[in-house]
Amino acid sequence: MPIPDLGMLLFLGIFMMICASAFMVVTSPNLVHSAVSLLFTLFGVAAIYIYLYADFIAATQVVIYVGGILVLIIFGVMLTNKIENATIDSKTHNKIPGLIFSLLLLLMQFYIIFNTKWYIADNEVKDSTIKEIGNMLLTKYLLPFEIVSILLLAALIGAAMLSRKKVG
Amino acid sequence: MDYIQPYLMLSSILFSMGIYAVITRKNAVAILMGIELILNSANINFIAFNRFGNFNTLDGHVFSIFVIVLAAAEAAVALAIIINLFKNIGTVDVDQAREMKG
Repeated sequence: MPIPDLGMLLFLGIFMMICASAFMVVTSPNLVHSAVSLLFTLFGVAAIYIYLYADFIAATQVVIYVGGILVLIIFGVMLTNKIENATIDSKTHNKIPGLIFSLLLLLMQFYIIFNTKWYIADNEVKDSTIKEIGNMLLTKYLLPFEIVSILLLAALIGAAMLSRKKVG
Repeated sequence: MDYIQPYLMLSSILFSMGIYAVITRKNAVAILMGIELILNSANINFIAFNRFGNFNTLDGHVFSIFVIVLAAAEAAVALAIIINLFKNIGTVDVDQAREMKG
């Protein structure tokens, strides 16, 4: 075991925060609590990206997930509950089979993680990833980039069309 | 942190919790939150393997950008469908949504 330094302790703290808040997301009976816990999970994952030297992805995570998707989810929670109900509850079912299945998945993955000899490359640390990502998006990944932008446009038009009021 | 195992552990924990949410929750919005957890765990794996694998390029980063875009599109369409479901049957309980004709 290496000697724990400050970075490692911080990593451990972020790890615990992500696990605890993700547990709240999946078990809390109050959906608003779930959504707010999801905020902490997403911020923690952004911090993990910074540990992996992925600065652009961390910024994207904060902007899109925390600023966009989480707001959409809170909209969804608020719009799909009747105002007369004082509490916003979410019932659960299949608790025992779900627990067994997800624990089995977890154990299987842990078994694979700890029984594989991972090759650790000695990559040089890049100062900034933004320039290289931009170059790759417009050269090697140009076609997927265009396809995904068309998909996003179609999804947004579809979402607007699905949720508008029907006229006539 | 120069080991890949903690990142993979974190991602497998998030993945299992997302699966648990998808299996046990009845509310459609809560199921969507579980799917977001699963997508995040996949992203952590992409970035971690890109960092520790023998690559000099950033292909994993580009992949995870695509995953984030797909997550945004999926959340928008799913919430539109959920709100329509709520307008039609007055609940977002996925067990109640069993009529084909709206």
